[in-house]
Amino acid sequence: MPVAKGSASVAENTDRNDLPQATVVPKRRTRISVVWIIPVLAAAVAIGIAIQRILSEGPTITIVFKAAAGIEPGKTFVKYKDVNIGQVSAVELSNDFTRVTVKAKIAKSAAGLMVEDAKFWIVEPRISLTGVSGLGTLLSGNYIGFGAGSSTKKAREFVGLDEQPVVTPEERGREFVLRAATLGSHDVGVPVYFRRLLVGEVIAAELDKDGKGVSIRIFVRAPYDQFVTTDTQFWNASGVDVSLNASGFQVQTESLIALLIGGIAFEAPPGAGAGPAADANAVFQLFATRDAAMKGPDLDVEHYVLVFRQSVRGLSVGAPVEFRGVNIGEVTRIGVEFDPKTFNFVQPVDIRFYPDRLRARSLDSGATLPPPKTAEERLKRAQLMVDRGFRAQLRTGSLLTGQSYVGVDIFPKAPKVKLDTSKVPLEIPTVPGEFEELETSVASIIKKLDRVQYEKIDADLRKAIGTLDQTLKDTDALVKRLDAESVPALDRALEAGRKALKSAEGTLDPDSATVTDLRETLREITRAAASIRALTDYLERQPQSLIRGKPAEESK
Amino acid sequence: MTAAALTAARAGLVSCETCKLLSRPVHPDHAGHCPRCGAELESRRANSIQYTWALVIAAAICYIPANLLPVMNTTAFGSTEPDTIMGGVVFLYTSGSWPLALIVLIASVMVPLAKLIALGYLLITVQRGVPGGGRERTRLYRMVEFIGRWSMLDVFVDTFTVALVQLQPLMSVAPGPGVLFFAAVVVLTMIAAETFDPRLIWDAGSQGERQRG
Repeated sequence: MPVAKGSASVAENTDRNDLPQATVVPKRRTRISVVWIIPVLAAAVAIGIAIQRILSEGPTITIVFKAAAGIEPGKTFVKYKDVNIGQVSAVELSNDFTRVTVKAKIAKSAAGLMVEDAKFWIVEPRISLTGVSGLGTLLSGNYIGFGAGSSTKKAREFVGLDEQPVVTPEERGREFVLRAATLGSHDVGVPVYFRRLLVGEVIAAELDKDGKGVSIRIFVRAPYDQFVTTDTQFWNASGVDVSLNASGFQVQTESLIALLIGGIAFEAPPGAGAGPAADANAVFQLFATRDAAMKGPDLDVEHYVLVFRQSVRGLSVGAPVEFRGVNIGEVTRIGVEFDPKTFNFVQPVDIRFYPDRLRARSLDSGATLPPPKTAEERLKRAQLMVDRGFRAQLRTGSLLTGQSYVGVDIFPKAPKVKLDTSKVPLEIPTVPGEFEELETSVASIIKKLDRVQYEKIDADLRKAIGTLDQTLKDTDALVKRLDAESVPALDRALEAGRKALKSAEGTLDPDSATVTDLRETLREITRAAASIRALTDYLERQPQSLIRGKPAEESK
Repeated sequence: MTAAALTAARAGLVSCETCKLLSRPVHPDHAGHCPRCGAELESRRANSIQYTWALVIAAAICYIPANLLPVMNTTAFGSTEPDTIMGGVVFLYTSGSWPLALIVLIASVMVPLAKLIALGYLLITVQRGVPGGGRERTRLYRMVEFIGRWSMLDVFVDTFTVALVQLQPLMSVAPGPGVLFFAAVVVLTMIAAETFDPRLIWDAGSQGERQRG
């Protein structure tokens, strides 16, 4: 031991006992050990993860739904273009218990999408005639669909759509509004066709506030939306349009789907120039048929009344008013009025006249003249027309069905009528209908027949018959005389003829003896054949006679 | 304290930690190696307290993400659902099997926390030289050391589930980041318990005695 320390050595050196013993202070190490790297590392990792989490933490948004169908916190995702952009963190009822508040954590990367007009809806499996969607949700459960908005204003609270939109907001195209009297079969999802091409869908349909019509909102996808111009007409393409006309029997339908669930088609009427593209949300009228749509809307309407003094049987509301075969209006009301003084019954028929269909054109220049605009101008025109013999007439459209229509034409020979300009609506004078005319002419024929002197005709007839009788008697006497004188002479002539023929036969046939012989031989053969037939018949009945001979009874 | 009067340290001796042979050190500062088994002799483990503190703090830090991050990601029918330890406890409890919930709660949440607290308590008392209670503190230390090897329950369950539940299109389970931190907590506390020198508990007692004497 090189160094002696401790109590033993101290005890040995008794001579230095008085000196104080130095104490050993254990050396304290103040140096920081390497082991502290571990907690520092752990802290760094933990803080790193925490920072990453905090940084990647997107906003929490609130969506209010009517009902939370299949939404579960922690399980339901918010998806945009089928990419998860968030997750539902809580589902709770609103304070008044009428709605559901869904809280969702949105990924930081998608935080920029949370703008004011962003849309949320619940995606559920949907099966309709036009297609099947959201089948994936059968396995994974419903999710919240998201549609990006165009606003730049950030928002954290949203109101979810009640129904999954037919057209997702990011789809390009434009919306238009169609106005119709009834919804028909144009429910949400009904296809919209352009030249039989599927270009859009009905996205909403609602009753107008006044309840007098229906507004159908449609979406037309880009690039087809450019074909919706200001003069485009929309019509109901559902069902089948069967028509029978001069060119035959025609069946028209847009597609089988349209036949089943209905459809809307649009097109600009022929002749209409390529107008400017319609604005989004422009309002159009929805026509019942393509024909009606192509005819174009009748913006200008005038009302007139026609007073008929005859039966209006066969005339119905909606019956056409035609001018020389061109439809220029329709019947809107048929009534019966009666004057208590004169006891005259009349049938006033209200008509709607579309002046646009009857355009005034100058024959010299070919220019279309503007229709009268003011009431005075109209009155003036009506006065002029009536003066020239413009009259309405009830005509039979079809002899089979007895349907009538109102025909208007110029009757130059019609009696002059003073137009009562004070009446509203204006009364267009009428002339009797075709049948009425026929009736009157038949009546006049009958009247003439009435005047015929039948007694005189009778006496004349008797006289004529007596003369005829005498003539017949004379003829009879003539025939008798012929019989007595001519027939014996004829007989004699015939006899002479026969003799002549006989002598001719004798002279013309030199081998008459041979012929007679041959005839004799043939007669013999015929007889022989007859006896053989008798024998064979007998043998057939009695074959045993060949051996035994004829039976005794037979020989008798 | 029943004044176990003389300790090896005071007697200037050192005992081998491996074979427990009592021998005289070469030098008080450099004890040398055990003459019997050849293990390095140390009167007291060097930097024991500092090492233990570092590990305990590291474990405490890891304990937070271990509980906050998901330990398991279950994917069923296309939707992924993360599960944390506490989430699992709550799920078990709400689904009616509260005994299981209790076991998971104790094994996975309370035991690691208890270990951290126990080690912290031991370190503080040793550093402050608190006399007395040495026997109880030693028992506490032994318990911490014993429990250590059973604390991986959660990690085992997790690894087994991940390995077994792989029905790819329908359902699959993937480990979450939380399980790494949880394993780190368990390992760090085990090492911390190892680096802690229980002899220091008695040093405090004898020091106090010496101060008194």
